[in-house]
Amino acid sequence: MFLLTGAAALVSAKDFLPAIVYDFGGKFDRSFNQSASEGAEKFKRDTGIAFREFEITNAAQREQIMAQSAKRGANIIVAVGFTQASAVEKVAKQFPNVKFTIIDAVVDLPNVQSINFREQESSFLCGMAAALASKTGKIGFVGGMDIPLIRKFALGYVEGAHYVNPGIEVFQNMTGTTPAAWGDPTKGAELAKSQFGRGADVVFHAAGATGIGVMQAAADAGKLSIGCDSNQDYLHPGSVLTSAVKRVDVAVYKAFEDAKNGTWQPGQLVLGLAENGVDYSFDEHNRTVLTPAMKQRLDQARADIVSGKLKVSEYKP
Amino acid sequence: METYTLIVLLLAATIRVATPLLLAAIAGLFSERSGVIALGLEGMMLGAAFASAAVAAVSGSAWLGLVAGIVTAMALALLLAYACVTHRGNQVVAGMAVNIMVAGLGPSLALAWFNLGGQTPQLEGVGQRFLALHWPGAEAARAVPLPGLLYAELLSGHNLVVYFAAVLVPISAWVLFRTRFGLRLRAVGENPSAVDTAGISVARLRYQAVLISGALCGVAGTYLSTAASSGFVRDMTAGKGYLALAALIFGKWKPYPTLGACLLFAFTDALATRLQGVALPLVGVIPVQFILALPYVLTVLLLAGFVGTAVAPKAIGVPYSKEK
Repeated sequence: MFLLTGAAALVSAKDFLPAIVYDFGGKFDRSFNQSASEGAEKFKRDTGIAFREFEITNAAQREQIMAQSAKRGANIIVAVGFTQASAVEKVAKQFPNVKFTIIDAVVDLPNVQSINFREQESSFLCGMAAALASKTGKIGFVGGMDIPLIRKFALGYVEGAHYVNPGIEVFQNMTGTTPAAWGDPTKGAELAKSQFGRGADVVFHAAGATGIGVMQAAADAGKLSIGCDSNQDYLHPGSVLTSAVKRVDVAVYKAFEDAKNGTWQPGQLVLGLAENGVDYSFDEHNRTVLTPAMKQRLDQARADIVSGKLKVSEYKP
Repeated sequence: METYTLIVLLLAATIRVATPLLLAAIAGLFSERSGVIALGLEGMMLGAAFASAAVAAVSGSAWLGLVAGIVTAMALALLLAYACVTHRGNQVVAGMAVNIMVAGLGPSLALAWFNLGGQTPQLEGVGQRFLALHWPGAEAARAVPLPGLLYAELLSGHNLVVYFAAVLVPISAWVLFRTRFGLRLRAVGENPSAVDTAGISVARLRYQAVLISGALCGVAGTYLSTAASSGFVRDMTAGKGYLALAALIFGKWKPYPTLGACLLFAFTDALATRLQGVALPLVGVIPVQFILALPYVLTVLLLAGFVGTAVAPKAIGVPYSKEK
């Protein structure tokens, strides 16, 4: 059932074999998983070392795939996404000599590295951008599955918006409470339309492939959207204000490279604005909507957050 | 005034959400009235969603996409009819087989053809999607307070498929209950032996019914991928085929009650998206989990208490053989 595209035939001289397991939403969700995939591809380009990659179609496959990769000699297995935590915990215990890196979750084992991001910091900047761009004084947020991680995005976004305009109204919607909420663009579009109906003119999504529908709805309605995880400015140039970029690619690349060089360390790693783990995007696609004045405000806030002058609160479930 | 605007927008959303459900439920109506269980609705819709998005992306025409969607869903319907009518296979198993087959086949073909991980390219060009049609004077009418908004939001501003679904209900009611074809179709679902004795082919009628069901699923699938969103995504029907089946049973296998059931499901869904995070008088903000469960809770309650017994066509699920 699973997909094995990165053929394992090409193993380097040192027999270093990295593997990556994507989450629901799939490798080409133009968002979270795609960013992870780009990191792995970059590693392949730079080092010539092929990697194994897997997309899952149901939850039970994670464990099987990880155990199989470990058995077949994978040195490091990167699990993308918090839903893989329990699978990583189980398989990592069975294979204490294999290195595991999990992204967006914490698994406390001697052979597991947990990489997390301070999403609230990039969301804060996006909230500021939304508040600066909004003409109606109302903005929206569409989350994917209702989990603490997504609440973290929402909280940072609201805080950032209020930092610019204390009176701004923020509508919040979650798509669902199951993993299916990451892949329902029709519902995403419907949620965005409902927020536009209530007067919002900028909408931020943290909803994986569901967000594609959110951004499409914004483009159709002539409103602004804010992308998530990957730089999504190119999807609808002129309608995407900016994206809350989460450098999953950097995390994946670093995990692979460290494992190759022997500098890989278990334990927790938290990446924020200061570590370039998260950021807002600015490129030729959103130059027309994100004005220099807005950019100046964002860069100032960015510097203040990095220096510690501006505190963004962390979501406590 | 603001409440009024919200209500009108809520109703407009209901119409958008109800459209694919209604198309699939009417598709199921034809199939089930002829005695063939319509469990393959989900698969036929998903197949059409994939085919229409793929063809629209390659050809640049939403209309060609629609044709491809209908042809694909009808091909699947033909397969279903071949298994269930010609070979008297188990209709539940055949329907599920189609659903599972398409769920895997769509993303696999998309991966092989477009190399986008089981999605089709995003439809963004002019004419690649069915966009909202704005009726004459809709923008001007917005200025008139009450009826103007109703006209601008509720009647105008939907895409072509929505209007098609709306006229489909009276048409199918007429076909099923006022024409000779409809009478025979219903008869074949109640008492196929009698129809056979009258010298009419049971198999032929059932084939026709299942093919009609396929064509309508084709339109429903096209709506999902080229009108409501902009491309095919894995499992994008998200259970709408099964929900349509529930609406059909809820509507007692009759066109107008089925329309009512679809609108009710869609309304609760649209309401759920709008109730999130809104502070209601007396109770305050209701937790998201509860709101998202609301449509299903309501469905169970309504089915349990308010609908009364729904009597299925007598011969449903029973393959017909002359020998008995």
